[in-house]
Amino acid sequence: MTWNVEEIRRDFPVLHREVNGKPLVYLDNGASSQVPQLVIDRTSKYLAEEHSNIHRGVHYLSQNATTAYEAAREKVKRFINAPDVNCCIFVRGTTEGINLVAHSYSKAFINEGDEIIVSQMEHHSNIIPWQVAAEERGAKLVVIPMNDRGELIIDEYENLLNERTRIVAVSHVSNSLGTVNPIKEMIATAHKFGVPVCVDAAQSVPHFAVDVQDLDADFFVFSGHKMFGPTGSGVMYGKREWLDKMPPYQTGGSQIRTVSFEKTTYAPLPAKFEAGTPAIASGIGLGAAIDYINSIDFVAAAAHEHDLLEYATQRLSDIPEVKIIGTAAEKASVISFTIEGIHPHDIGTILDQQGIAIRAGHHCAQPVMDFFEVPATARASFAFYNTREDVDKLVDSIQKVIEVFA
Amino acid sequence: MSELSDLYQEVILEHNKNPRNFREITDADQTADGKNPLCGDALRVYVAMEGDKIADVAFKGSGCAISKASASMMTQAVKGKTREEAEVLFNEFHEMVTGGLDVETDDNNLGKLKIFAGVLEFPARVKCASLSWHTLHAALSGDETVSTE
Repeated sequence: MTWNVEEIRRDFPVLHREVNGKPLVYLDNGASSQVPQLVIDRTSKYLAEEHSNIHRGVHYLSQNATTAYEAAREKVKRFINAPDVNCCIFVRGTTEGINLVAHSYSKAFINEGDEIIVSQMEHHSNIIPWQVAAEERGAKLVVIPMNDRGELIIDEYENLLNERTRIVAVSHVSNSLGTVNPIKEMIATAHKFGVPVCVDAAQSVPHFAVDVQDLDADFFVFSGHKMFGPTGSGVMYGKREWLDKMPPYQTGGSQIRTVSFEKTTYAPLPAKFEAGTPAIASGIGLGAAIDYINSIDFVAAAAHEHDLLEYATQRLSDIPEVKIIGTAAEKASVISFTIEGIHPHDIGTILDQQGIAIRAGHHCAQPVMDFFEVPATARASFAFYNTREDVDKLVDSIQKVIEVFA
Repeated sequence: MSELSDLYQEVILEHNKNPRNFREITDADQTADGKNPLCGDALRVYVAMEGDKIADVAFKGSGCAISKASASMMTQAVKGKTREEAEVLFNEFHEMVTGGLDVETDDNNLGKLKIFAGVLEFPARVKCASLSWHTLHAALSGDETVSTE
């Protein structure tokens, strides 16, 4: 393996700090990943030297900011291999992107008696917007079931599709279970029924390369802050055939062609979906995060993460009190677990005292917790800058947790 | 693990393992449900009154060690107290875990409950410690549900 994790770690300043008197072990990448110096520098430079509003000034700074922001969009296009840069809509994050699609698509295409398919493993951001859309349009929400390993039951999915289905909304990778869904096949199946698919890619883009044309995704939504960029950045990619027919999500400045009190006509893509002044620094920062990913060997990074996943799974499985939740055959480097008789919040607090950051809670995925009949789980989620030593420290501290509560 | 001594003290761990008054009261005069949506803690507090006195108090539910131990010790602390005395304890406990009362220097009636003073250092866990108290307060006030969000 060509992956030099120590060299990579030097790019991330926060990894060298201490927390509670211990070197930080950051295993909460599924919630938000850390930021490399390249992104920090690019964002700072923008704020220090280049800031201005975009798309409206004739002055030097405004034109420069516009160029930088649009350059970031071009990077996004190449990053996901979108066919058209104008179909890459900047949003604040995955949640806003899904809300945009749910709102605008349902207004244009969903009517009474129609059906929307989501899955059992979705987190709240990919359930509630569709629930609201279904209520507003008089449509029905239909749920793809999953098995005990946390894999979607694909045969059942195919049976749910019918002539009333208007859209499928599903995660590429589950945030709480780590399951990698067979998204390309699921899209192909939906397309047999003429049904578009909205992919929540928040948890996939940090882990492996994606190609929206190869997947044939109709909508593809992700956040910058889970892929080494700043919060407040994100992308909603959509096929033009859908976006052109969808009404705007929000309205206001920047997204209009002409306005009078009788009638407003909207600007073409992407401006139609980008009302108001965007998070310019964050968008430029997202572009820098893509530059960073392009500068490393992303294939080797994925292999390194897979090694961490296997190693951590093995070591945690050796502890009798630990139960891993989500044991799909195809997983990203996410491990949810419980310890018999110990609440995840107690685990999280004790690990934090050892400098180890994990997530404890329901991961905004209460239906997943209900399915596995647990109130909450602890979750360690790895990025390519984590090490086997991080896993060892996690395991040692879990042993201590078990001792404290023995 | 000396860093944790302020939070996970022996007494708290023991109450977590063997919670007192962890049962239903079938003929309770007041019950209330408390929920912490953030972590999924959920408990029900039962109160049986004799005039103005809390004759019996118990709880059921699931939660972390802090919320369970706090509920357990709360039931011990308020049993036999009047409504008013219990409300004083509720206020003092709340003040203690949110930093408004220093158990070392300020007058208080908290006694053994002072063990939860360390929660102040763990802001994410304050709600765990105070959930049962908010629920008791709701039960005594005749409210049926309370959420710490």
